[in-house]
Amino acid sequence: MKSLSERVEQLAPSGIRRFFDLAGSMEDVISLGVGEPDFVTPWNVREASFSALEQGYTAYSANAGLVELRQEIRTYMQEKFAMDYQVADEIIVTTGASEGLDLAFRTLINPGDEVIVVEPAFVSYAPLIELAGGIPVAAACRPEDGFAILPETIEANITARTKAIIFCFPSNPTGSVMTRDQLADLALLAKKHDLYVISDEIYAELSYEEDPTCFATLPDMRERTIIINGFSKAFAMTGWRLGFTCAPKEITECMLKVHQYGMMCAPTLVQFAGIEALRSRHKTVPDMVRSYRQRRNYFVKALNEAGLPTHSPGGAFYAFPYIGHTGLSSESFAEQLLLAERVAVVPGSVFGASGEGYVRASYASSIEQLQEAIQRINRFMQQLEQQAVAADRLT
Amino acid sequence: MYTEKQLELLELLSQSGPVDVTLAAQMLDMTTDEVTSSIVRFKEDGVLLGYTAVIDWQKINTHHGVTAFIDVKVTPKRGRGFDEVAERIHRFPEVTSLYLMSGAYDLQVVLDGKSLQEVSQFVSEKLSTLDSVISTTTHFRLKTYKHDGVLFSQDDGDKRLKVSP
Repeated sequence: MKSLSERVEQLAPSGIRRFFDLAGSMEDVISLGVGEPDFVTPWNVREASFSALEQGYTAYSANAGLVELRQEIRTYMQEKFAMDYQVADEIIVTTGASEGLDLAFRTLINPGDEVIVVEPAFVSYAPLIELAGGIPVAAACRPEDGFAILPETIEANITARTKAIIFCFPSNPTGSVMTRDQLADLALLAKKHDLYVISDEIYAELSYEEDPTCFATLPDMRERTIIINGFSKAFAMTGWRLGFTCAPKEITECMLKVHQYGMMCAPTLVQFAGIEALRSRHKTVPDMVRSYRQRRNYFVKALNEAGLPTHSPGGAFYAFPYIGHTGLSSESFAEQLLLAERVAVVPGSVFGASGEGYVRASYASSIEQLQEAIQRINRFMQQLEQQAVAADRLT
Repeated sequence: MYTEKQLELLELLSQSGPVDVTLAAQMLDMTTDEVTSSIVRFKEDGVLLGYTAVIDWQKINTHHGVTAFIDVKVTPKRGRGFDEVAERIHRFPEVTSLYLMSGAYDLQVVLDGKSLQEVSQFVSEKLSTLDSVISTTTHFRLKTYKHDGVLFSQDDGDKRLKVSP
């Protein structure tokens, strides 16, 4: 047999997979390893898709998505961010934000182009860049900056081949946010070096301190920015696979070509659910956001008290505690915690080299489960300490 | 009157009942003293009146009881409106809830009784005999699907994968 695609064969499998298999084989696991809300999609949204099914909306929609949904997305972008994108040619409804990322990379990248990935980062960015023929270049956020990215770190990684930057704030996995002023510095850089910007704003609704900034609203950024957003996190709709992109006409036209040949359109029934989700967002989203914020407040404090230094995340639903002082790598910490106490977290190293020394713990679980997890983590930390003391005695 | 955090505390109490003060303080980013004194104030102000548990008595075989919803039409009293007759009705211990309603009748009485007979006795001997009561219509509850925001069905388990990106 002839060999398969070298590019795909050389792609590293996701580091999350191994933990998934391990945790999946165990009973009584408290999982803080989940990258999705613990809410079920609001009932009115589920109901809207039944109704669409009853009415027989089972055919394709327009490639770019139902016009009504794109209109709702336009209104949403106007109201939330004071940003205006044209329904006709600047918005694409995608099969999850993941497809939006793929469209963006495939539209921007020529073979050998470099894309700066702000790390620690969502696991898909670098592989998708490679699949599109590009070269991902990591630029690491530092814990002492609250996991915001410094412009100089990005600038140090810019070469003649650099085409674009991708980042996600509020961040998966760190939960960190960037202020408008901090983002404005990145905007200056993007303009100076003529870079495209892919701004993954999937967690924007889940901001607990200040209103999130849409990157395209910064001076001169609309023309070079692709906004990736979707329904998974804010509306608890991960399994529906519904997202959208907003980008200037010239870019959107090219992205639409990739979308129409690769995907045709997002599932029509799901798009009807999306319309209802956006129309009812003032009723549904604030309660969920409040609940995440309460759990964050408890969980981050409790992790710090348990001896795991954790910065207060301004958004998303992840805590990113430091575990380096235990002497364990993030992978062995996560593995030992799982085996000893049946608490699943994700090793920070999965999200890039700069995540080493940290683990990602999601607080999208009930407060009772979080309390139980903290008890187990406390016990685990005491065990580690006793082992360390015993080892000292031996030497 | 109350701060935003105090209102959030009230929401938390209405969802979870009596709370662990330390936990509530952490969740709402308040001090434990603030939580404690707020709860005292809610009680003093007559805002926080008590806690009840939501129990599915249908699952307790030895529990025999019926719940009736009684629509009551009354003649309001000059100067006191519906309050006087309402006060006379709500003092009966078997009355669990009492509301003044808009629409076809005036008061809705919710009543817990041991049997149909006990409820009918209450209606005929205690309720209908009140001067202001013009008529009553009694409905019995057959099954509870949801009560005070709590679903009585079980299919609410976590359907997520244990680890995902």
